[in-house]
Amino acid sequence: MSDRAGTGTTPLAVEHEDRPELRHHFADVVQQRNAASLGMWWFLGTEIMFFGGMFCGYLVYRRAYFPEFAAGSKSLSLIAGTVNTAVLICSSLTVALAVRASQLGKRKLLVNLLLATMFFGVCFLGIKGYEWHDEYVHHHVPTFYFNAHDLVTDNPNLHLDPQRTKIFYSLYFALTGVHALHMIVGLGIFSVITFMAWRGRFSPEYHTPIEIAGLYWHFVDIVWIYLFPLLYLIDRRPGA
Amino acid sequence: MAEHMEHVEHSEHIGSSSFYWLIWAILIVGTVLTALIARVDLGAFNTVVALLIASCKALIVVLFFMHVKYTSEKMTKAVLIAAVFWLLIMLFLSLSDYSTRYAG
Repeated sequence: MSDRAGTGTTPLAVEHEDRPELRHHFADVVQQRNAASLGMWWFLGTEIMFFGGMFCGYLVYRRAYFPEFAAGSKSLSLIAGTVNTAVLICSSLTVALAVRASQLGKRKLLVNLLLATMFFGVCFLGIKGYEWHDEYVHHHVPTFYFNAHDLVTDNPNLHLDPQRTKIFYSLYFALTGVHALHMIVGLGIFSVITFMAWRGRFSPEYHTPIEIAGLYWHFVDIVWIYLFPLLYLIDRRPGA
Repeated sequence: MAEHMEHVEHSEHIGSSSFYWLIWAILIVGTVLTALIARVDLGAFNTVVALLIASCKALIVVLFFMHVKYTSEKMTKAVLIAAVFWLLIMLFLSLSDYSTRYAG
C-alpha cells in the first residue's frame, strides 16, 4: 500500500490538477474507489445491526405467539407481497445494469436505467401503500382503533389472543415501515445521482456515487428478500 | 510492481448484461418458488425451505449484483462476514436463551 502511494508518478497530498475527480489524499482512482466502497460496506454493516435487532425481536415473539403470528401473516396479501418482491428484484437488475452503463460511459443508457430503478421503487411503495390502506380499513393498524376480532372468528379452533396479534402487526408495521423509509431515502439518493448522470458528471474513470448508491439499493432489496418469507409466509399451508 | 499497478488500475469488473439478466431470472424463479412451496405442507420444513431460498437469493445479490465475487478489496469481504457473523451471534444466543428459559 505504502509502495503504491510512494512511488506513483503523482506525489502524495498534492492536488491532482489534471484530474478534478481524484481527491488529493488518494494516490489513484482505484484507491479512492475502494475507500468509498468500503465506507458504504461499513455503513451496511451497521444497517444489518439496525434491522437485526428488529428481526431478533420478531423471532422471539414469533416463537412465543406462533398461532397469532400465523393468522396475522395469512391476513396479508400473498399476491401483493410476491409482486413487490419481484418489483424490487427488477429494480436491482436495473441498478446492476446502471453500474455497468456507468463503467462503459454510456450516459443516456445510465440515465434511463436510473429512471427505471426509481420507477420500480415508486411501484413498490405504491403497492405497499395499497396494502397499508387495506390494513387500515380492517383496523389492523396497532393504534387505539386496533381490532383483530376478524382473525379470532376466522380461526375459531385456535383461540387466538387479539392482544398477541397486535404484537405481530406492530412488528409488521415497524419492519415494513422502516424498510419503506429506506426506499424513500434510496429514491432521494437516486434522484441526485440521476441528475448528476444527466449533467454528464460520470465517466468510466469516475462513477463511485453510482456504485455505492447501488450497493445501498441492493441492500434494501436483500432486507425485503428476508421480510417477504418472514412476514407473508409464516404459515400458508392449506388447512393449517 | 509498475506492471501490477497498471493491472490494478483497469481491474474493475464489468459484467455482461446477459449475465445480469440471468441472475435476475434466477431471483424471479426463486421468488415464485418460495410463494408456491409455502402452500405445500412440509411441516416444520416450510420455514426452513423459505429461509434457505431467501438466503440463496441474498447470496446471489451480494456476490454478483454487489460485485463481492469480483472485488480485489479483501476488507469488503471481512466487513461483510463480520457483520453477518455478529448478527448470527445475536440471533442464536437470544433464541437459545428464550427457547430454554421458559417452559412455554
